[in-house]
Amino acid sequence: MLNTIGYTSITLGAILLLISAIGLIRMPDTITRMHAGTKASTLGSLFIFAGVAFLEPSLSFKLILLALFILLTNPLSSSILARSTYIKHGFLNLSGMDDLKDKK
Amino acid sequence: MIEFLLFVIALAIFLSFIRFIKGPHLTDRVVAFDTMGIIAVSFLVLLSISIKSSLYLDIAFVFALIGFIGTIIFARFNVAKDRDA
Repeated sequence: MLNTIGYTSITLGAILLLISAIGLIRMPDTITRMHAGTKASTLGSLFIFAGVAFLEPSLSFKLILLALFILLTNPLSSSILARSTYIKHGFLNLSGMDDLKDKK
Repeated sequence: MIEFLLFVIALAIFLSFIRFIKGPHLTDRVVAFDTMGIIAVSFLVLLSISIKSSLYLDIAFVFALIGFIGTIIFARFNVAKDRDA
């Protein structure tokens, strides 16, 4: 039972990682590439960690630590990347707000 | 089963490496590098149960740390280089 859950979760995670890599190639713009490349890969790696924790329960402490680290650092790095893209190239902004106006 | 999944994840690393080579700007390359790091961490975690050695989990931890620091440094460098010129 635990093996079935683990293998299903790992398969789902691998498919999500493949989708994220395909999106990284197919998307037309830096920001949309970031949309494909960061969110889908975070979810896919979390699925893989959960599946490995189901297969080998003795490793679950390190896996939880690794999942927490990825959940903590990945939004931070993608936020800094989006900020640097906006300062360097700019992107389509229809909201009328620009908090980084004086940083340009 | 595990070997096939390892192959799928390696294919994902290869596809993001194509974007890393092709990317028109530096930011595209940094995005591809970030994604490659996360996929490589999952690859190492899966490898550690494929060959039954928990040592690879520590390597995965170091890989995640170095990928995060590299992404931050490249993003800051990309902005700071413009401001000096």
